[in-house]
Amino acid sequence: MVIDQPFSAAGAQTPPPRSAVTEGRATRVALTVIALLFLAVFLVLPLVIVFLQAFANGVGAYFAALTEPDAVAAIQLTLLVAAIAVPLNLAFGVAAAWAVAKFEFKGKAFLTTLIDLPFSVSPVISGLVYVLLFGSQSLLGPWLAAHGVQILFAVPGIVLATIFVTFPFVARELIPLMEEQGTADEEAALSLGASGWQTFLRVTLPNVKWGLLYGVLLCNARAMGEFGAVSVVSGHIRGLTNTMPLQVEILYNEYNFAGAFAVASLLALLALVTLIIKTILEFRYGDALSGSTGH
Amino acid sequence: MIRKSGCRFSEKIMLKQRDRAMDLSIRNVRKEFDRFAALDDVSLDIRSGELIALLGPSGSGKTTLLRLIAGLDHPTGGQIFFGGEDASVKTVQERNIGFVFQSYALFRHMNVLDNIGFGLSVRRGADRMAKAEIARRATELLDLVQLSGLERRYPHQLSGGQRQRVALARAMAIEPSVLLLDEPFGALDAKVRRDLRSWLREIHDATGHTTVFVTHDQDEALELADRVVVMNEGRIEQIGTADDVYDTPNSPFVFGFIGESSSLPIHVEAGQLWFEDRPLGLPAGDAPDGKALLYFRPQEVKLLDGCGGCIAGTVAAGRRVAGTRRLELEVGGHRERVEIEVPASHPAAARSRIAFRPEKWRLFGTPGEAAPSEKVRRISGWPAAVQAGEGSSAARR
Repeated sequence: MVIDQPFSAAGAQTPPPRSAVTEGRATRVALTVIALLFLAVFLVLPLVIVFLQAFANGVGAYFAALTEPDAVAAIQLTLLVAAIAVPLNLAFGVAAAWAVAKFEFKGKAFLTTLIDLPFSVSPVISGLVYVLLFGSQSLLGPWLAAHGVQILFAVPGIVLATIFVTFPFVARELIPLMEEQGTADEEAALSLGASGWQTFLRVTLPNVKWGLLYGVLLCNARAMGEFGAVSVVSGHIRGLTNTMPLQVEILYNEYNFAGAFAVASLLALLALVTLIIKTILEFRYGDALSGSTGH
Repeated sequence: MIRKSGCRFSEKIMLKQRDRAMDLSIRNVRKEFDRFAALDDVSLDIRSGELIALLGPSGSGKTTLLRLIAGLDHPTGGQIFFGGEDASVKTVQERNIGFVFQSYALFRHMNVLDNIGFGLSVRRGADRMAKAEIARRATELLDLVQLSGLERRYPHQLSGGQRQRVALARAMAIEPSVLLLDEPFGALDAKVRRDLRSWLREIHDATGHTTVFVTHDQDEALELADRVVVMNEGRIEQIGTADDVYDTPNSPFVFGFIGESSSLPIHVEAGQLWFEDRPLGLPAGDAPDGKALLYFRPQEVKLLDGCGGCIAGTVAAGRRVAGTRRLELEVGGHRERVEIEVPASHPAAARSRIAFRPEKWRLFGTPGEAAPSEKVRRISGWPAAVQAGEGSSAARR
């Protein structure tokens, strides 16, 4: 706690008592200013510029850019990809977290590391993996072509790449939470006669709901915003395989700044909304966690 | 706080539980974790309605045994019978046990009433209960554990003792055939512990559950349980009432673990006990000649003036313990240390010599006599307790 005490009257030899972990006023001000400046230059300013640029040609141009067919297609595709990737990763994340946190098995540490892999691999590599796997030069390529299955440069490829990139979010969020909570609650539910499914729905899931929501939110933000991996597998076909980030890039490269920033502003808005919900969740979820400690 | 009123318990709950109380039989149960035997050939019969304490140091296998009874873990070998039925093949749900966890494991997102009613609310099919009925029963149990008025509280809004009681009420709600408690008072402070202890005894007497609880606290076990099961290193050392395990411990471990004890290496020769070259003035009875360990309790000794058959030692340290004084004596050439209790007024100065003789004692075989790998308590050829003695004087009960 910071205790600011005015210096006592003349003759005060000793400085006022100060908490051992508190810095002097000057240091505090300097640190705060540096942090704020940094935030302003690197985070707030770019965000402001995105919106300024988006509305540079007026509100009419802004909405025109957003309702342009290619932009609409990009928005729809992005929503579709997220709608597929997020629930799949939700299911996977819960299953993986459940397995890692509640059971002991060989190769557990390896699985945990593997879950982190998409975080440590460059998204471009993630995309390339799918090109190597399903491309025409690959082993599967000719077979897929023969059966008329189009994965690369089509929606399935984009979905796969997105799933790969966003796959750690939910699991990473849940594993520490579930590990901390242990298995006593589940055992208690089982001993009271609940089935495995009832235990999961009524005990495990409610115990991790805030963490889960938080993970889904981050997963969704990344799924919609992913550029690198999707860029490699999408083929950049306008109106067909362009997601919003790809659309932004194309428009930008064509010097259509207002259009690029209009689409970009949607992504920025998504980020802001995510941040706000995340903050609210952290508030709630931090509370729920602190309320549960000491059990 | 806790009101001591057994009369408040609902008649209905009492009757229901009495019908369901069940006897338990654990036969030659073995449990291995990664080839480490946490339990080794454990057999135990528990009578219907009995309150049993599993007492032992940490790692003795007591919690493992409790979890095996519950069905939360499964034995590597052996069987567990509930009533006459083999429960080994039953799942934890089918066993219908009430388990109270050391950490309480209350569901943090449910209020007190929902926690207590959980076991009833998950019932399906013919056993399904109406919500109102569940709430009514949960309220009744809340009354039984004397927490009426806290229905809408969440676990984190309760004190440790209150959580403990909610956990007990939740376990009792399903009308279990056996109530199992894992270190029920482990996380509570001393005052609350003592209150809850007598309260649990009252609840037990009122409801008549067959109850097994795990503890490492000997006072808790001796005070609360009908019978105490003393465990060590995955085996049962002794089963008996508080008097049995305290007065006639059957192994050095039990002697050392329950109550306080001193031990001295002695040898048996010509029907006498000898410490080094001195006779102790204690008869050997039918103990075979050779080395042995003499066990006695610090408070069960008689101070002697002269020493014609006694243990004599030099006072190494003394400390005041409540109404008495504890002396640490160095005896014999190897300066073996033993503790004895003397009146607080005893003028025991440091380095002064004191002679005493145990009034009650037990002899056990020494580890040196046995194969090196064997433990003290498994001396080949020696009965666990070779000879127990009582002085001729006032020690007799």
